[in-house]
Amino acid sequence: MSFYEEIASNKRRSYFLIFFFFVFVIFLGLMIGVLYGDKYFGLGLALFIGTIYFLFSYFGGANAILTMTRAKEAKKPQYTQLINTVEGLAIAAGLPKTPKVYVIEDSALNAFATGRDPEKSSVTVTTGLLEKMNRLELEGVIAHEISHIRNYDIRVMMLASVMVGLTVLLSDFLLRSFLWGGGGRKKEEGQVGTIMIIVGLVLAVLAPLVGKLIQLAVSRKREFLADASGAMLTRYPLGLANALKKIKNDPDPLVDHANKATAHLFISTPFRKVKKSLMTNLFSTHPEIDERIKRLEKM
Amino acid sequence: MIATWLIIVIIAVVLLVIYIYNSLIRLRLRVKNAWAQIDVQLKRRFDLIPNLVKTVKGYMKHEKGVLEEVTKARTSLMQGSVKDKAKASNQITDALKSIFAVAENYPNLKANENFKQLQEELSGTESKIAYARQFYNDSVMQYNEGILVFPKNFLAKMFGFHKEEFFKTEGKERARVDVEF
Repeated sequence: MSFYEEIASNKRRSYFLIFFFFVFVIFLGLMIGVLYGDKYFGLGLALFIGTIYFLFSYFGGANAILTMTRAKEAKKPQYTQLINTVEGLAIAAGLPKTPKVYVIEDSALNAFATGRDPEKSSVTVTTGLLEKMNRLELEGVIAHEISHIRNYDIRVMMLASVMVGLTVLLSDFLLRSFLWGGGGRKKEEGQVGTIMIIVGLVLAVLAPLVGKLIQLAVSRKREFLADASGAMLTRYPLGLANALKKIKNDPDPLVDHANKATAHLFISTPFRKVKKSLMTNLFSTHPEIDERIKRLEKM
Repeated sequence: MIATWLIIVIIAVVLLVIYIYNSLIRLRLRVKNAWAQIDVQLKRRFDLIPNLVKTVKGYMKHEKGVLEEVTKARTSLMQGSVKDKAKASNQITDALKSIFAVAENYPNLKANENFKQLQEELSGTESKIAYARQFYNDSVMQYNEGILVFPKNFLAKMFGFHKEEFFKTEGKERARVDVEF
């Protein structure tokens, strides 16, 4: 399969996921509605909360992330080389606008890109990364992040976060309303209503989990793709491969101000390494770093 | 009945033509934008060179030749076709390289703040030119491919789409990486 086909099919998958999430939100809304004896009320409520939540996260998400991770804008002349590298690779990728460049004061080796589209995007790196990487390795890392921007990964990742958050919110609401309200009205519902409530309850328990797993799967696939597109930009896959090796061997993978909400953004997982098992594999936001290095070296 | 089918076929053909025409326009637009990017960077370097020559002049009394070469290449840069510009640009790249190589022999110059800044700016611009060229050449390749394949080639000829030139460099260029999954 060629590289462009891979991008196209990945985009299709993301659209499908977004669609799936929306169907899920509507379904949860209906559940709430049945519980309250008015389907349209639940649907309306879910869509209302969903839309507001969506707008807030979509337009304020990038800034919230930058504030949360304590990123500061990089300025010349201190960060001239970094800014030049970002500008150069943005040109190579044909981005309509150079992303803003941010720096996190942290000895860990990490980087991320965020934003809602290539016109409104930013690249952030830690100061530790700038200190320990040579020019080629830095180019590799930046090219990876620029690829996230060009391929619209940043938007899909942000949408995925929004959707997962929303699903959790709604299913939480559903559980609560089952526990607190609805009791009197429930009896008036037919058998169908009862079944729907049971199914809804199961879903409400599973929803956050399923949502999270889907987000992780999307995120991991995108890492491979960004590695590959990054290599297309620098024409030197070994740059990123060497950078990943340095990251792998670094004793301090932790970014102080990263949390579960921002983890999937980073180039390598910002948490301490945990013992490998099927569960940690399923729940990790990033593919195995060795696998990524292997693929890069084969290019 | 036949009339209905005929209309359907005609509509389908018209839609196909519109689709192909638009895709060709998009490809050509990308080439134009990519070229504009190169131009921006060439212009930037064009503006930086006089500053460099001014800074370096005082130090390099015995290396007038190198400086003249850069100035000459610079003036031939701003006009001409893709091919001419590529040639002039390559000459400037080489001339700048030799200036910075010669500068190694002048410790005072190397310590000059102004010179250091210019060197960083110019090497940054140099790599941006390389990246812009890479994007331009990729765009040209896709465009040229687009107007050569069947059945687009008929439409390309009909609407007057012509092949675009590559921005060539002499010597070592990083090879395309073919990415396969």
